[in-house]
Amino acid sequence: MSFLSLSHLEKTFGTNRVVKDFNLSVEKGEFISLLGPSGCGKTTVLRMVAGFETPTSGGIVIDGQEVTGLKPNQRNIGMMFQAYALFPNMTVAENVAFGLKVKGVAKDKRDARVEEMLRLIGLPEMGGRYPFQLSGGQQQRVALARALAPSPRVLLLDEPLSALDAKVRVSLRNEIREIQRELGITTIFVTHDQEEALSMSDRVVVMNGGIAEQVGAPFEVYNRPSTRFVATFVGTLNVFDGAVTGPQSVTLAGVPVTLAEPVEASKGATVALALRPEAVQLGRVEGADVVLPATIESVEFLGSIIRVRARAGGSVVALDTFNRMDAPPPAIGAETEVSLHARDLIVLAG
Amino acid sequence: MTDWLSPTEWQAVALSLRVAFWATVISLPLGIWVAWLLARREFPGKQVLNGLVHLPLILPPVVTGYLLLITFGRRGYVGQFLDQWFGIVLAFRWTGAVLAAAVMAFPLMVRAIRLAFEAVDPKLEQAAGTLGASPAWVFLTVTLPLILPGVLAGAVLAFAKAMGEFGATITFVSNIPGETQTLPSAIYAFLQVPGGDAQAFRLVIVSIAVAMGALIASEWIGRRVARRIGGLG
Repeated sequence: MSFLSLSHLEKTFGTNRVVKDFNLSVEKGEFISLLGPSGCGKTTVLRMVAGFETPTSGGIVIDGQEVTGLKPNQRNIGMMFQAYALFPNMTVAENVAFGLKVKGVAKDKRDARVEEMLRLIGLPEMGGRYPFQLSGGQQQRVALARALAPSPRVLLLDEPLSALDAKVRVSLRNEIREIQRELGITTIFVTHDQEEALSMSDRVVVMNGGIAEQVGAPFEVYNRPSTRFVATFVGTLNVFDGAVTGPQSVTLAGVPVTLAEPVEASKGATVALALRPEAVQLGRVEGADVVLPATIESVEFLGSIIRVRARAGGSVVALDTFNRMDAPPPAIGAETEVSLHARDLIVLAG
Repeated sequence: MTDWLSPTEWQAVALSLRVAFWATVISLPLGIWVAWLLARREFPGKQVLNGLVHLPLILPPVVTGYLLLITFGRRGYVGQFLDQWFGIVLAFRWTGAVLAAAVMAFPLMVRAIRLAFEAVDPKLEQAAGTLGASPAWVFLTVTLPLILPGVLAGAVLAFAKAMGEFGATITFVSNIPGETQTLPSAIYAFLQVPGGDAQAFRLVIVSIAVAMGALIASEWIGRRVARRIGGLG
């Protein structure tokens, strides 16, 4: 029996079906991301778990308790919002103590818990400050402490990192994950940022148009996308047209290729073959299944990675190579070759 | 000091203060509730309620006074009921002046408080909800402290409006010295008699002083509250 289960959740606003037959089972202590573009229904799912929206149909069970009809304050959940939502009229310590006060925790115990929480988020000296005296990252850490202080059963995170600048975002995401692991608290994290979802989660739910397109571990979702949407939304992707020549063989830019898995298309049909940028190599590589002549179109130096775009096989191919001190990036306009392996090709359904 | 104003004039000033005070105090809870309804709730007839609340702002005050008279007068539907069951008579009494002033001041009060409600991020209230707080607790500990400057502003505006209310008051409760003769009614009465200019002018000075005092007080309180709730002001 899973700790948190959402079964056949539906939400309709007027005539707009925002969430369609959404099912998810979350184990205790698991960190799950709902990933998708804006309007995909991920926030609505989270708001239904929080109790801000009532499902049109379907049910939500937390730790064996049916909570579908309960008000947010009856669910014992913690939540972090995108814009922190700290109470501006209260100090940091008062913010963190809020949920404990509501529960009727005695003052000495409350104070001890607040201190413990502020230590946990690395802001032990900030109890007396007001939210407006803190940086964005500090405010969001206080929001985390406030959500965790009453020991909720589930932690809900509604794009808590999107309002922060890049550096803080990365450090806070590691911090949130560390604290989540330490406390073993079941967490649902809503984000439109695939890097956040992949790096933080035990499992990722990729959503589109109100449905869960794929649920799986980050490695699985990235490397074995089950739908075209998942493949294109998660990470960067090169897509080639392949002509089917047999049950497991295609031609790619005129080169015959034997695929790792059978193709579900009849001979003569065209299928979309996808390839991650890191699976394309610059130059002629020994043992490659396909080698195509290529012209370098652009070079982006990202630090540890260099992203090159080259025209090859009738389309523009993105490829990633690691930075090496002894190998400067290719020049724009240079004539070269790109190599790829059949085992890296993902056949896109739909 | 007391020689400065005649007993009749003092009476008018004291009555005006009393009427404005009670008009403000009594309509405040209702004003907060209506402002909350208009700011935070969607319900059928919302626009009708909004219209009704604002009507006294646009109607000629005489019309509002007349409507009060036919509703709350001794023979009015509500007036009759109040008289028979509770022995409350509003028409031509100072309590009636309170009602007239409250009705006239209500739109100003609701407007100010509604704006304050709309400035509070609903996410704050939602966050409080997830922390286990009931709606009443959320209102008292989160929403109310944040809308307090708006509530004060609304109350002061309503008080000032109630002090100066004339048309609806004189129509509903007339101009009876000692009972319903408020500051504006007294000024009007003095201006009707030859040689009353000096008396009227003294009351005009009092009116200005009270209005200025109220505005300065509200500014001061508002700033203190804003400072207390941290950098919002």
